[in-house]
Parts: sequence; C-alpha cells; structure tokens
Amino acid sequence: MKILTGNDLKTGDVIWWTGYDWSRHVEDAVDVGSDADTILAREEATRRVNASYAIEAQKTADGVRPAHIKDRIRALGPTVRPDLTLKPTDPEIGNWVI
Amino acid sequence: MVDVLRYRTDEMVGDPGVTVDSFVDPVFGQTNASAVRLEPGDDARALLPYLDRLALVEVNFPAYGDGRGYSSARILREAGYTGELRAVGDVLIDQLSHMHRCGFDAFAPEHAITREAADKAIATWPEVYQRTVDGRQPIWALRHG
Amino acid sequence: MYKYDNYDQQMVDARVSEFRDQVARRIAGTLTEDQFKPLRLKNGLYLQLHAYMLRVAIPYGTLSGAQMRLLGDIADKYDRGYGHFTTRQNIQYNWIKLADTPDILADLAKVEMHAIQTSGNCIRNISSDQFAGAAADEIVDPRPYAELLRQWSSFHPEFDYLPRKFKIAVIASETDRAAMKLHDIGIRLRHDDAGAIVADFYVGGGMGRTPMIAPLIGDGIAIDHMVTYTEAALRVYNRHGRRDNKYKARIKILVHEIGADSYRSQVEAEFAHLQTLELEPPAAELARIQAMFVPPAFDTTAPDSVDRSDPDFAVWLDNNVHAHKQPGYALVTISLKPIGGIPGDASADQIRLMADLAQKHSFDELRVTHAQNIVLPHVKKADLYALWQMLEANGLGTPNLDLITDIIACPGLDYCSLANARSIPLAQKISQRFADQGRQQDLGELKLKISGCINACGHHHAGHIGVLGVDRKGVENYQLSLGGSEGADTSLGQITGPGFSEDGIVDAIEKATEVYLVKRENGERFVDTYRRVGMAPFKEAIYG
Repeated sequence: MKILTGNDLKTGDVIWWTGYDWSRHVEDAVDVGSDADTILAREEATRRVNASYAIEAQKTADGVRPAHIKDRIRALGPTVRPDLTLKPTDPEIGNWVI
Repeated sequence: MVDVLRYRTDEMVGDPGVTVDSFVDPVFGQTNASAVRLEPGDDARALLPYLDRLALVEVNFPAYGDGRGYSSARILREAGYTGELRAVGDVLIDQLSHMHRCGFDAFAPEHAITREAADKAIATWPEVYQRTVDGRQPIWALRHG
Repeated sequence: MYKYDNYDQQMVDARVSEFRDQVARRIAGTLTEDQFKPLRLKNGLYLQLHAYMLRVAIPYGTLSGAQMRLLGDIADKYDRGYGHFTTRQNIQYNWIKLADTPDILADLAKVEMHAIQTSGNCIRNISSDQFAGAAADEIVDPRPYAELLRQWSSFHPEFDYLPRKFKIAVIASETDRAAMKLHDIGIRLRHDDAGAIVADFYVGGGMGRTPMIAPLIGDGIAIDHMVTYTEAALRVYNRHGRRDNKYKARIKILVHEIGADSYRSQVEAEFAHLQTLELEPPAAELARIQAMFVPPAFDTTAPDSVDRSDPDFAVWLDNNVHAHKQPGYALVTISLKPIGGIPGDASADQIRLMADLAQKHSFDELRVTHAQNIVLPHVKKADLYALWQMLEANGLGTPNLDLITDIIACPGLDYCSLANARSIPLAQKISQRFADQGRQQDLGELKLKISGCINACGHHHAGHIGVLGVDRKGVENYQLSLGGSEGADTSLGQITGPGFSEDGIVDAIEKATEVYLVKRENGERFVDTYRRVGMAPFKEAIYG
C-alpha cells in the first residue's frame, strides 16, 4: 500500500494521512493508491502538513508497517528512548522497528 | 514588467543590461552600452575598467541560494562604482538587508515586494558588526570612537 | 568570559524579532517551506525525524553557570527534559515546536545566548580549545580571537549564502584539542621569531564524504590582519566554490581542485585589496575583549596535593582530571558517556547540577568539548573529592575520558533525518561490551567514533576506531575503519573491508582490540600500534 506522511507545521509531530485528516498514529494511515500527489499538494497548500511525502507500507496483523526503517522509527519514536515513543509501556516495541 | 524598488533619486535607466561577454568583447564589444547584466558566474572585475560609463549594473539571482551576487556587488562598490546596482530575479524580502549592505540600491524581485515591507526589511539591523560599502560605522568603530 | 554590551544585546534582540516575524509568516503561509528553510536553519532550527530540532550556539564552547542553568530550564520548559551536547560544542533539543522557537530564542537572549548561524550555508559557530585559558601549553587564550571572529561573522552580509556550510576553529597551543585541521579554516595562533603573535591559516580541511586535512594557506598572518585575511579567504570561496553539486561545494573541494598554491595566490590578491578598505577592528577592540578573559582570582595558597585514598576517586582522578597552569587547581572533565548511556545526552537536572557545580567550584565557568563532554576548567584540587562525590551521585562520575567507552556518536537514525543507520544503540552495545574498568584501562587511550551517515558528524574518519553506518537495501550496516586521529597527529582512518551487522561490528571491534593487546610494544597506544604494524594483522583477525 502507499501511505502519506509528513510533519505538523506548528508542532513538528510526525503525522499520517487517514483519508480525511492527519493522525499521529501510523495504524490510522490509509492506502491512497495513485492520489498521493494530489492530496499532498492540497494539504501542503493549506499548511495542514509540512515536508510531506508518500511511502510504501504493508498492512499486517499488527497494523500498518512502513517499508523503510527510517519511517518505522518516525512512526514509533527513538528506539533508544522507549519512554519517549508512542508505545512507552511496550518493552518489545523496539523489535517492531527492526 | 517587474516593479523596481529604487533607493536612489536619479533617473532610472530604461535600457536592458547587455551580457558581460558582449560588453567587454574586444571586437564586437558593446562598450557604449550603459547597462550590464551580471550572471552569478560572471567576474565582476571584468567591468572595472568601464565603471565610469556604466549607469546600471543588474546582478541576477536565478536562485536565492546562490550568493555570488553579494560578492559581485561589493567588488563593484569597492572599486568606486556609483551607478545603480540592481538585484534582479529570485530576490526575497529576507535578503534585502544584506543585499543593501553589499551595495545594492535597487531591487527588481520576481514576486513583488511592497515599498513599506522593503523599507522595514532594510532597517532590520540597528547596528552592524562589519564595515562593508554601505557607509555604516561598524560596532567596533562605535565602541572605540 | 565575554559579556555583551548594549550593541551585542540589541543585535541578538533584533535577530529574535526578525525570526519571530519569519515564523509568523511561515505559519500564515506567506513564506513557503522552501523559502523558510534557510531562514530557520540560520537560527539553528531543523526538521528532524520526530519534530523540530533546535541547535543552540555555545561560542567557542564556553558558558557560565547561569547560561548552563537556562539550557536545563529550556529542556524542561520546551522539550522533554534533556539536551544533547554535540561534536561542534553546541547543544541540541530534539522535540521543539515551531511556534515556541521565538520564545526560546528570547529566553536565550536574556542570558546572552542565541542559535545564530548554527546551521545553514553560512559561517557557523566558531569552535576552540576546550582547555583555553587553563591549559599549561597555550601561548595565549584563543577565545578573544574567536570572539572577534564571532562578531565579524555574525550576520555577515556577503557570506550568508555560501556554497555550503563553513566552520572555523581557533587554537593557541601546540597540542591541538579542537581537530583544527579538519575545519574549513583552522587558525593556530603562535609566536613568530620576533615574539609577536601571528596566525597560521589552515584552509580546506573537513570530514564528510570527502575527508581532507587542511593545508597551510596563510603562514604567519599578522594578528592585526586576522579578520581581513579571513574575509579574503571567504570571498574567494564564495565566488569560486562549486555550486553545481552540494557534495562538492565545501571549500576543501575548491582548494583541492585548483590546488593550494592557486587558492593561496587568489586569497593573497584579495587580501591585498581588502587591506585598503579598513575592515579590521582596531587593537583596542581585541584588548577590550581580552580584558573579559583575564584569569580568575586564583587562591595562590591552595594546596597542590590531593588525597587519593579512595580508590574509585583515584581512578576518576587519573582519567578525568588534567593539569592546570595554576598550582593548586585542576581541569575536570565530566563524562557524558555513562556505560550503556546515550553519548552527549544530559537531563535537565544534570545540566542544572553542572551549572551549580561550576558556580561553586569553577569560577562560574564551563566548557563543552567536541568529544561531547563538559569541562569545569578551574577547580581547586582541595575541592575535587567533594565534586566527584556529587558527580558520582548523579550519574556524571564515569571515569572514562579518552578510553574506549568515551564514544563520540552522532544522533543517528534514532533522531536524524539524514542518517542511514542508528549510532546510539551501537555505542551502547560497545560501551557495555567494554564496561569493565580494568579492561578499559588496559586498552588505554582509544578514541572510538561513530557516524550514522557519510556526513560524519560523529567524526568517524578521525577515530582510532571509526564506524560508519550505511543503508544496505534497507538494513543497517556498519563499516569499520582504523587509524584515524585528530590533533597534532591528524590522520584519516582506513576502511578494514566489508561491513557488518550491529552485533558483528561489536565483535569486530573486540577482535581489533585483541590484536592491539598482542602486538603492542612498550607504551604504544592502539593507534601507534596500528601505524607500526599496518592493517594486515587486524584484517586477518577480523575477517579470518
């Protein structure tokens, strides 16, 4: 699947396109098919997202998994500070990144 | 037609600037031209023998991130050029103060900048740390009278 | 320490106002991200993997207790309770909100700090010797000269859109603690034959994807022309540095491509011209700055001996404390490399504690080192034990300076959008593998440096052991290099061979240390043995 990501302009938070809005959680990301460029152009123009781009991902039993490690780290948070990730209580979450 | 913001009082030169190559060419040179257009890769010092007959030098900024034009401007002013020095092209408001400090006294930005905004931008710095060609006394000179 | 006068303060205040306006225009949409990016970078603001990152300047690595305390407060107020000290003697915050940045800069300005030109294609924060003003081997304190250049380079109108970033270091001792020849310009102050202070200009060094050691370009430039000569060196670069390819845009490529002699003659011609324009601040300005760097009021009766009866304290003393030029005093380096920790990170509480300790024990002064540690430059020997106990109780007493666990590591793929691989987890694994103090002491001075990408922020080229993280088809892979060094014996490391997985490279490093232990001769450091025996025995042990 193809999903969209970027950063919130004001906060810098990593965000994912849900089909109608942006979410901080990658599991909310939806497949945009061939509409990536259109959506990104519109969303950048209204400054709902900054530094946005489209990536490949897989739908798995656990949710949406970005194809590249960089985007998995973006989706989770720094692997060296589990307390600062989006899943601070899951001790095994680092393995999801690798 | 791009609006020109001018910070000088003489008549504006209407002629478009000729290229440096065509201006200085020994055989076909248009050294009677009074306006020249410098591209980022041009050597501003090629113009030094002709400064007294130039009324306008346009320094082109095809992309704002290419800063060679700042050196070109200072070099011309350091050599005593007093005609109009106009920054043209991808000239953005946040660059005007530095351009002005390097000797530009006219701006022809691709995307219009209002006079009021330009005046404010040029006045960004209450004082300056370096001596350039804008006549301002650097802070070290103010400190030591 | 340097104190702002009204002029300095109003310049920094003007910058805050300018940036507040720029941020507002970006949020309102009148500035595009393309237009805003160079403006935010020149104020130290990056967009990284998880959020905006703010890099605050610590000019020549020197700061006061009040400044350090504010850095801790910013970590709590605007970030997530910690900061990261960098190889450029700066501090970075990883979780910054764009809308907060003008207020952060305003807070910084209140204690005479800023984030000016800590990124972007301009002249960056000037770095220096972390032992300046206290080292026994310096001919003069280099920081007033660095301050002169800081002011000259601040908002320099001609050099705000250089081909690429530009880093300057200033030192004044034979021992180079600032990796001076790996800078765009490295200036070494020295005495000439007549005893006058002159500046040697080494131009065109750097790390990154094309590491180069800077050649001597300006030999013995008179000190009252230092600023003018720097201006000439920059103008030649601004005009002729490559702009067609960002990877070939650093000044080292220009100097390399046209040759040091050709570059030198162009600089000399420009220098001759610029000398006619009275660009140089007067001697009185240098004297004004120097007056703020006078040595503190040392107690000349302070005892010069230290009670070493506590063995743990003695280990720390031997590793982290250096000789001071003033009898009765010492230079203390606080390691930000606890075993298994994140190199260079400090919590807000730790930052404030170090501020308190500086006020109590070090004449209100601290330094940040390019090895990502903190120095208390002027500590009474009689206070060392009490100081150590405080450090030890707060996770800051690790006795590993210049040992294998004193690892330099860039933030890597855990934080940085340029990185190809993670650096920090690797540093943690290596640190844990070599945690045993006796084993570290046995290995002696061993500088291990890790970069998560070719940009080399972790200085891997200059590591006795260097590690470069690469992306191999989406999987992290690590290349090992040996024999790099900074300082007087500057050299660039050589790659051992094919790269490794994360666990594989820890094993490879261990094997390299075993070769050293077998092959070393009396008193040799790891890098000395490598230089004598060459790559072959290491390669054989590592790849079998």
